[in-house]
Amino acid sequence: MAGTAVRGRLTWQTATVGAVTDETARTRTLRLEVPDWPGHEAGQHVDIRLTADDGYQAERAYSLASAPGEPLAITVERLDDGEVSPYLTQDAQPGDQLEVRGPIGGYFVWEPGSGSGAPLLLAAGGSGVVPLRAILRDRSRAGSSVPARLLYSSRSWEDVIYQSELGFPADGVQVIYTLTRSQPPSWQGYARRVDAQMLAEVAWPAADKPLAYVCGPTSFVESVASGLVALGYPAGRVKTERFGATGQ
Amino acid sequence: MEDSALDGNAIGGLLHDVFGAEMTTAVGTCGSCGAVRQVAELVVYRPGLGTVVRCRSCQSVLMVFVEVRGVTCVDLQGLASLG
Repeated sequence: MAGTAVRGRLTWQTATVGAVTDETARTRTLRLEVPDWPGHEAGQHVDIRLTADDGYQAERAYSLASAPGEPLAITVERLDDGEVSPYLTQDAQPGDQLEVRGPIGGYFVWEPGSGSGAPLLLAAGGSGVVPLRAILRDRSRAGSSVPARLLYSSRSWEDVIYQSELGFPADGVQVIYTLTRSQPPSWQGYARRVDAQMLAEVAWPAADKPLAYVCGPTSFVESVASGLVALGYPAGRVKTERFGATGQ
Repeated sequence: MEDSALDGNAIGGLLHDVFGAEMTTAVGTCGSCGAVRQVAELVVYRPGLGTVVRCRSCQSVLMVFVEVRGVTCVDLQGLASLG
């Protein structure tokens, strides 16, 4: 049955690497050209599979960085001991081919109608900003006026992904940074890990019935999600996506 | 919670492959403690040999997936229900 698409099943497809853009020293955005891409929603991801010459395969999930309707793109953070990310962030060139399946996910997904106009709180640890960026781009493309705040925790200013884009947020969008390890000399913003006090200052009041999306390293997500619940957010209004122990 | 733990979002592709449908929004009931959660919220470990899904409330093993020669073996015995 190889090569036969079974209805309802995800199939591996060949993707061709398009333009690559370095975002930071450790992260790179890759456009992927996939014939017959069925479209996706903001917050979804794809699985990428690489096959070595000896047949060994490695597979990882990467959030889509692009909004629905935009050219397909992922942003990948290099993990020095990773099996897939070093190739994607250092070696992949336009024209290279790899295997992709997707779009994947229905839980960590935002659509312009999600939340019924309630304010949107996005909390990112490190490269957890990638699906949240897709949400912000989708919000803009859809002409949504839902008020949105992005709380973005990064090790340093140099590690901030999408720096220039987030520097000019759309109307109704605020971006609040916290830099946990090092800060520029004149830094006026937060300079610590996200904590209860920071959430109380930044998060929309629970009375506004906000919808929250939290993505990042597991410890970051656990801490932020429980902090939001402590502020009165119903657990069902806090969507979480954890990507393990990677740096924040 | 160990830092290496992922969550059910990470195995959306695997689950779609196994069940033939989007499963991260499916609701699973723990066979040990009765906790009810969406699959995306479950605790997932992928140590390399396979995938283990645990209950976020009591840590019981709910699902195990192991791929052997291209065939995915599935153990759902820890779940009281999934749907």
